[in-house]
Amino acid sequence: MKDDIKKYVIKEYVDDDTDVTYDTPLISGGIVDSFSMVSLKRFLENKYQISIPDDKATPEAFDSVNKICLLVNEYLK
Amino acid sequence: MAFTEKTRGLYSEILTGLQTAGLFKQERFIHSAQAADIEVEYPTGAPLKKVINICANNYLGMSSHPEVVKAAHDGLDSHGYGMSSVRFICGTQDIHRTLESMVTQFLGTEDTILFPSCLDANGGVFEAVLTKDDVMISDRLVHASIIDGIRLCSAMHDTFKHSDMEHLEEKLQLHSDKRLKMVITDGVFSMDGDTAKLDKMVELCEKYNALLFVDDSHASGFIGKTGRGTHEKYGVMGEIDIITTTFGKGLGGASGGCVSGRRELVEMCRQKARPYLFSNTIAPPVVAGVIKVLEILSASTDRRDKLEHNTEFWRKGLIDAGLIIKSGDTPIVPVMLFNAKLAQDVSRDLYEEGIYAIGFFFPVVSQGQARIRTQISAGHEIHHLEKALDAFKKVGKKYDILGKSKQEIIERYGM
Ligand SMILES: Cc1ncc(COP(=O)(O)O)c(C=O)c1O
Repeated sequence: MKDDIKKYVIKEYVDDDTDVTYDTPLISGGIVDSFSMVSLKRFLENKYQISIPDDKATPEAFDSVNKICLLVNEYLK
Repeated sequence: MAFTEKTRGLYSEILTGLQTAGLFKQERFIHSAQAADIEVEYPTGAPLKKVINICANNYLGMSSHPEVVKAAHDGLDSHGYGMSSVRFICGTQDIHRTLESMVTQFLGTEDTILFPSCLDANGGVFEAVLTKDDVMISDRLVHASIIDGIRLCSAMHDTFKHSDMEHLEEKLQLHSDKRLKMVITDGVFSMDGDTAKLDKMVELCEKYNALLFVDDSHASGFIGKTGRGTHEKYGVMGEIDIITTTFGKGLGGASGGCVSGRRELVEMCRQKARPYLFSNTIAPPVVAGVIKVLEILSASTDRRDKLEHNTEFWRKGLIDAGLIIKSGDTPIVPVMLFNAKLAQDVSRDLYEEGIYAIGFFFPVVSQGQARIRTQISAGHEIHHLEKALDAFKKVGKKYDILGKSKQEIIERYGM
């Protein structure tokens, strides 16, 4: 899952060869603007067949690939 | 008296921070009317200097066109100075409706509603026509006022990479379950001077049943064979659901904006758009001026043809001089310098040579993309452009950037 999410983040948000690791700060690091979080959320929901409540989809919860995995796992039952 | 010394200190610190970061904006006072030749007081208190302006949005040279000035005078005499009311109480005159009809005709749409500015049009339109069941999919480089409008709207928001049609298509698929989808773009992008691929976008919007929104502020009056805008250039007139544009650039340069498009969407704005409901519309003399501008542009394409010719001359001149410009065919011609300090230095030296052009750098454009943005006008004569080219050559030589590649410039000056 980690790799799929990382791959998506790179394809979606990185235009140059900025290095993205599992812990790279995505939102506070300026890679993902808070506007574009929406498509990340929808991507996760579609791919893992889950539903993340809006109040859980905070910039903090989306701030790295690792954190995103934690969030997804919470809703994967 | 709650503005304590501590509060004052807080703001002083922020302002000083902007200054040290080189982000502090300063105005230059122009003592003449807006035109190719202007008289400028800069720095403040300095004697007036005659310079050639190549950074105005005065694309068609209408800002001080004698017929437009006269029409505004006449409008002032016949319809007064102001309305002292918003539109729906007692702030609508016959000339406001006349102008709306003329814009509809000019842009080839179904209906039009005026706004105090295009910033207001963009600020109010999304909230008026979309709800939380809908999605807005915007190009990542749209104008700041569109971003503001999007923020005020409860619909979901997503973005696509600048002018990347494959990415847009993916997004349209991703959001296919939404009640309404609206694709949002500028017609001409103001920083790079490139145009949105409206033919492809119309195709995609048809395929995925989405609405298409275009801000044509940097296009109305001169892009396309008869100057109707980016939709004319791409052969899709009548197929854009919402066009917003300004009267503050090519179409006279004073102020005001509008939403033009599908009848029902325009009517929704009349019922619900907050800048329309809660702010005075365009003042009568300005309305009269814009009406004259549209009369002139509808009667003849001379001015946009001259602009096209001037633009070709300018682009070729810069390339021949060995400068790097963003390719394209619009009158927005960025001269790329990559380094922020270099852009500021070149701008200052150009001013010394009598040429007024401004450096743009981060955060207005991305890091390492600093530039001088030049904007050509039908108000320029070839002699203006020749003088400006000479200045660019002289200053370019001083900094040894003529004929140099991007790599070489960056190696020497840094990003
Ligand atoms: C693309 C775009 N839209 C809207 C505006 C705002 O226009 P106005 O001056 O009418 O508010 C501008 C002006 O800077 C612009 O460049």
